[in-house]
Amino acid sequence: MSNQHGHGDHSNEQGSSHPGASQDAELGHYARRVQALEALLTEKGICTQGEIQRAVEETEARSPADGARVVARAWVDSEFKARLLANAKAAVAELGYEAAADLPDLVVAENTDKQHHLVVCTLCSCYPTWLLGRPPDWYKSLTYRSRAVVDPRGVTREFGLELEPNVEVRVLDSTADIRYLVLPQRPDGTEGLSEEELARLVTRDSMVGVSNPHVPEPAPAD
Amino acid sequence: MASSVGGPKFRRGDRVRVLSLDVKGHVRTPWYIQGKTGVIERSHGPYLNPESLAYGGSGLPAQPLYLVRFNQLEVWEGYTGPGDDRVLADVFEHWLEPA
Repeated sequence: MSNQHGHGDHSNEQGSSHPGASQDAELGHYARRVQALEALLTEKGICTQGEIQRAVEETEARSPADGARVVARAWVDSEFKARLLANAKAAVAELGYEAAADLPDLVVAENTDKQHHLVVCTLCSCYPTWLLGRPPDWYKSLTYRSRAVVDPRGVTREFGLELEPNVEVRVLDSTADIRYLVLPQRPDGTEGLSEEELARLVTRDSMVGVSNPHVPEPAPAD
Repeated sequence: MASSVGGPKFRRGDRVRVLSLDVKGHVRTPWYIQGKTGVIERSHGPYLNPESLAYGGSGLPAQPLYLVRFNQLEVWEGYTGPGDDRVLADVFEHWLEPA
């Protein structure tokens, strides 16, 4: 087995000052399982250690700031927004986010005054990782996965968002090959902000739909 | 997307019922919509069948995949939200029949 550990071994996250900490016998259950899977994949020639490493690096390189750039562009450019809603993968490629052909397709769901979207994967933890980075732990929890479909309004309330009764709540369960990203509503009072300033208001949670973007601080009085 | 035999059987707005198929193993149709009636919201195109793909199969023939919309009040007994609330899930065509 390769001694070039991949993402199964997170010993580097803590620095390398504890060399004993990465001994196989002390690895946790999941770390050992991932190492075994990596070894099988490479031994069977399904992929190389380098390919695994590149896939890990690509995932780690993405963060909610990337999704926020897409949202901010949609807020300032209505033609881009139309392209994003019609064919999200092609539209985000315009911003430099090229998705490999084997990555799941992306659909963007727009929040309006009348509709609010919330994304979940009740079967596992499907998430638009190639645009938002790794999902938060709560997204993968059994609690969120079951409650998001049964009681979406209760879930958003716990994230600080009280949805009005006249707003249609639409829960998107990503059960198959499509990943969903919420296009949140642009907050009021942001008319004068630049695209970069707008992007800073867009949170990860608002693109999952459990909350709304930040509202800008009012300008300090002179 | 993948190539499939024939085009999609359903179109946006069609009413469909989700079947309760006796398929063991890797199934992507959650139990809570099985037997429920919904409306086709979006046709995604053909995708490889996960029930074969998950076990080293080819996933062929590819199955049309749809986003199907359900009334929350019809899915969950005792749903406490307003009647307009919806839950939507992606369902493969072989799990759907006209309703």
